[in-house]
Amino acid sequence: MTDATTKRPSRGPSDRAGQLRLINGAKPPNPLVRGFKGVILLACCALVVVPFWSVIATSLADPSQVLAEGGYVMWPKEPTLAAYEAIFRGGVVTRATLVSIFVTLVGSGLSVTVVALLAYSLSRPGTFGSSKILLLVLFTMLFNAGMIPNYLLIKELGLIDSYWALILPTLTNAFQIILMRGFFLEVPGEIIDAARIDGAGELRILTTIMLPLSKAVVAVIALFNAVTYWNAFFNAVLYINSTEKWPLQLVLRTYVVDGTAVQADVSGEMVPPQLSLQMAILVVSLVPICLVYPFLQKHFAQGVVIGAVKG
Amino acid sequence: MAVTTGGRGARSPRPEVSGSPDDAPPSGGATNTSRSPAPNRKTNWWARLKRDKFLLLLAVPGVFLVLLFQYVPLIGNIIAFKDYQPYLSIWESPWVGLENFDIIFTGDPAFINALINTLVISFVQIVLVFPIPIALALLLNSLLSEKIKRTVQSILYLPHFMSWVIVVAIFQHMLGDAGLYNTWAREHNIFEINLIGEPELFITLITSQVIWKDAGWGTIIFLAAISRVSIELYEAVAIDGGGRMRQLWHVTLPAIRGVIILLLILKLGDVLTVGFEQIYLQQAPVGREASEVLDTYVYNYGVIGGNWGASAAVGLVKGLVGALLVLGANKIAHLFGERGVYSKW
Repeated sequence: MTDATTKRPSRGPSDRAGQLRLINGAKPPNPLVRGFKGVILLACCALVVVPFWSVIATSLADPSQVLAEGGYVMWPKEPTLAAYEAIFRGGVVTRATLVSIFVTLVGSGLSVTVVALLAYSLSRPGTFGSSKILLLVLFTMLFNAGMIPNYLLIKELGLIDSYWALILPTLTNAFQIILMRGFFLEVPGEIIDAARIDGAGELRILTTIMLPLSKAVVAVIALFNAVTYWNAFFNAVLYINSTEKWPLQLVLRTYVVDGTAVQADVSGEMVPPQLSLQMAILVVSLVPICLVYPFLQKHFAQGVVIGAVKG
Repeated sequence: MAVTTGGRGARSPRPEVSGSPDDAPPSGGATNTSRSPAPNRKTNWWARLKRDKFLLLLAVPGVFLVLLFQYVPLIGNIIAFKDYQPYLSIWESPWVGLENFDIIFTGDPAFINALINTLVISFVQIVLVFPIPIALALLLNSLLSEKIKRTVQSILYLPHFMSWVIVVAIFQHMLGDAGLYNTWAREHNIFEINLIGEPELFITLITSQVIWKDAGWGTIIFLAAISRVSIELYEAVAIDGGGRMRQLWHVTLPAIRGVIILLLILKLGDVLTVGFEQIYLQQAPVGREASEVLDTYVYNYGVIGGNWGASAAVGLVKGLVGALLVLGANKIAHLFGERGVYSKW
């Protein structure tokens, strides 16, 4: 990464970057070509932005406007949170949101812990058996046992219909272990030697030296796991039977994709239109990802590349 | 003790060995600075185990989870050769040999249907979906303004982080029969697109969803490969009077050829795997005929239908064929002088 950026003077002030990146002797692009590119990119961006915008707008729109515009709103005239109030009155959606938050927090917390411990153990040179353990981890990148054996394992472990079935199977991830080990390997050995001489144990070295020094990668792995746990749908379909244990993705499937009417939460009186409720559920499932997205995008794209290069 | 210290000191690249709790004072290692290979590799493993016990203790939870959730299910594949009875355990169920594989060998129509759908969808995705991130990466790379490039990337990456449930819900909201576009099109008498729930359009639907969700994200790896191309190459082409198209053709594309081939091989290994969640979510309105793929077949026939052994057999064969395809494709890549997936391993 770094050599690319030094060779190419693209880090200059953004208004000059364009000038600088024109190679000696190259002509600036034809305005027609530039316009064409602009149109294509604008269309691509619109394809992503417009749907999200419309979902948010519909969830905020006033019932009368939703009905008047055939149900589909691009600009809420009198924004109202009625739909959100209705779904958060303590029914299915409220419960599912709490389940998803719980699974996400516990899952990503445990995952980072387990991955960091293993990665640290594997990053110390010459540790007994570490090359074999590394191989054991690497191998899991090459195969996947398949749905039926995984299901039977969860069943034999008695985890069917338990939140642990959503958390445990995806705690470790070979790619993340390798990535974090790579960062730990870059911490200079002298620092660790010094800590050892001062009498620090392995756990102390990990928590007071390694983790603070590789804060960025820890944060990214935590966030990436959080997104995975928040989005997990397949495991919930397979392992969770009772409605009250549904995570948000299953609620979203049932009430938005399958179009089952949302009733459980609403206690009579003024009911916002179904569509507003559905879009509000959709927005609730979008929001956490949009909140962590800026961090994810910044670091993870880099992490993916570094991981791929180090291989 | 002196022998073990010497052996340890000679092999271990870790000079701070003396810091370990149960260790001899550093002088032991210092006097014994033998460069010779470690004397008795076999006998001092216990000493090394003792020395590293804290480090190994830290590895225990991770190793345990990897073994339990990655390796144990692998063994569980033996139920493909058993008549699994849910009230018996895997071990107690009777062996039936290859009986479960009959469904594949005799060509059960439902299985054949799923296989054909899988292959068709995979083929369409390799032809239509695979080139789009490459084209998009080339387009983004050709932008002169770094700011615009970053902004466009940020927007295009976003759908990758959304779950399939969200993507399907958004597509319904936009393109469903009563969705945003069709409502608008009916009002203005423009042609309607009813993409959702039409068996003939199912492949179009899921292909466009895959593009929408992951095309932007797919550019990352190509952009990284392009960014490593040395600027001198472009200058050389420019000095020789080559325009931007020539630079693209003679520098950029050859530079990312390795990455393209690598991803194509990996894609080929996944030819029998097409997004389970995505298809499962949209099966109901279009029916199994059009939408059943191998993964949904294993789920519907096994977990729902209770045919454990047979669907495990299908899953096993699918996994093996996928692995063989990667190996074969890699071999071909080597024959053509490319690096392939694991030449470096």
